[in-house]
Amino acid sequence: MTSSTPGLRLDRPRPPLGGFNTTLIGLETRRLLRNKRTLMFTILLPVVFYIIFGLLQTYAGRYGSGNYAAYVAISMALYGSALATTAGGSTVSIERAQGWSRQLRLTPLSPFAYIMVKAITAMSLGLASTLAVYIVALITGKADMPASAWVLTGLTVWIGSLLFAVFGLFMGYLLPTENVMQLLSFALVVFAFAGGVFIPVVAGSGFEVFASFTPMYGINQLAHAWLQGQPFNFVWVINAVAWLVIFAAGAAWRFGKDTARV
Amino acid sequence: MISAEPNAHRSTNASVAAPAAIELRGVHKSFGDVHAVNGVDLTVQSGEIVAFLGPNGAGKTTTIDMILGFSTPTSGTAQVYGMKPDEAISRGLVSAVMQTGGLLKDFTVDETLRYTASVFSSTEPIAEVMARAGIADLAGRMVGKCSGGEQQRIRFAMALLCDPELLLLDEPTQGMDVEGRRDFWAAIRGDAQKGRTVMFATHYLEEADLYADRVVVIRKGEIVADGTSAQIKAMGSGRTVNATIPGLTEALVKSIPAVDSFQVRGERLVITSQNTDEVARYLLTQTSAHDIEIIAQGLEDAFLALTGDQPNNSQKESS
Repeated sequence: MTSSTPGLRLDRPRPPLGGFNTTLIGLETRRLLRNKRTLMFTILLPVVFYIIFGLLQTYAGRYGSGNYAAYVAISMALYGSALATTAGGSTVSIERAQGWSRQLRLTPLSPFAYIMVKAITAMSLGLASTLAVYIVALITGKADMPASAWVLTGLTVWIGSLLFAVFGLFMGYLLPTENVMQLLSFALVVFAFAGGVFIPVVAGSGFEVFASFTPMYGINQLAHAWLQGQPFNFVWVINAVAWLVIFAAGAAWRFGKDTARV
Repeated sequence: MISAEPNAHRSTNASVAAPAAIELRGVHKSFGDVHAVNGVDLTVQSGEIVAFLGPNGAGKTTTIDMILGFSTPTSGTAQVYGMKPDEAISRGLVSAVMQTGGLLKDFTVDETLRYTASVFSSTEPIAEVMARAGIADLAGRMVGKCSGGEQQRIRFAMALLCDPELLLLDEPTQGMDVEGRRDFWAAIRGDAQKGRTVMFATHYLEEADLYADRVVVIRKGEIVADGTSAQIKAMGSGRTVNATIPGLTEALVKSIPAVDSFQVRGERLVITSQNTDEVARYLLTQTSAHDIEIIAQGLEDAFLALTGDQPNNSQKESS
């Protein structure tokens, strides 16, 4: 314990890493998990979608090294983790509205460290969502793909969802509302349809040209490629990286405005 | 500007040339055409408890925002312990209790404090800080379920975690009921014995009177008075001397020095003066006056005199 009388201690150290620490991640994750609505639509909803569109379908065709149910599991894990990471990132909107971001500027926590905490928390929720779908898919036994494909598709989905964590941050800084997620979950449904997550894009079709410009297309193709054994296509990576850059630039721009001294 | 020797009441650590807790030099702040702060010079030394008094819109919050680094002066400099405000904050030297906001409803009180504590390089024990802020029994409660007064004590506890050398409070009891205000100030006062420098903005005059040893009055972005609350009271409208003088005559009243105005009620004379000592000395030595009383005007009278073009409006704000 320190005492401020009688001598001043002005040479106090600054915290390392701009105040970033694991306690923040733990507390933020706990707070996210406490929100029943968030859990419902980021973890339960994708699982239910898998059950309806994968497990309960009678269609039993094969897809590359796996089957149809495995294909749907990948799609739903992608949709779920996109929802989860977007939701996690967009919580900055609520925290701005409640004055928490301003309060944190009275502490040594650097704005960049705060963003990192938000992104990591969003990614951990995204991981939970991906795992939930995959565990249900594994336990129920219908989905079939090689062990390596389970791991590789899962990792692709999860790492790819970083794009949506950044999207959530961007929107959280852009939109002033506390109910930003209602808007964003609608946007994600549109992205999912446009990017071929819910209904596969037919290769070489005119729709694919359109789809290849939308944010979920690249990651969706990359994830399913492990299963289908399709030849790797650079367009997918370009799509994902381009959208990541766009969202990150947008987030950086709004973030800069938010923390600027007036 | 009226000056009442603001340095007369300086407290203890005069020893080393420690930098001032707050140093504002020629600070101006404009928002478009609005000049919120208009050339403020203010030095607060370590250990002082300063009330920053002014009607709504006088520039109190704008000034505090610059001291905290939320905004930068349009011209002039704002320093805290000789550093830029954000550096002082990152070293845990300064913290603040803001009026509203700054809390997440879906954290518990304990989680809020653990979150805040984790970002400092070192802090006081959380349990001890909670006890000092009077929220030890609220640890597990959701912040959103706490009353306004409780939330203000949570903000206070958050501000105490880093054991700041300087604590700023922006209208900390705004909107609290009487009991909430009393509890809050009891907590502040208990803590002030640690020798912390405290500056609080308020438009509650009695808070300035009771809790500050220096009162800085701001009006339309300029400091119009700076001194102890007794000095401020004397500045605004002086003190009155009441005395009973048998056989009171007008000629006798005319002979009394330093009289600003007077009223006669039978043999009772009421004199308003900037120099009541001289009036009293004269009455005691040169007249048969007895039952002499010297009464200070309320801080409110002084405040209205100093800040009001329209006293009625100010009265409303300050009530």
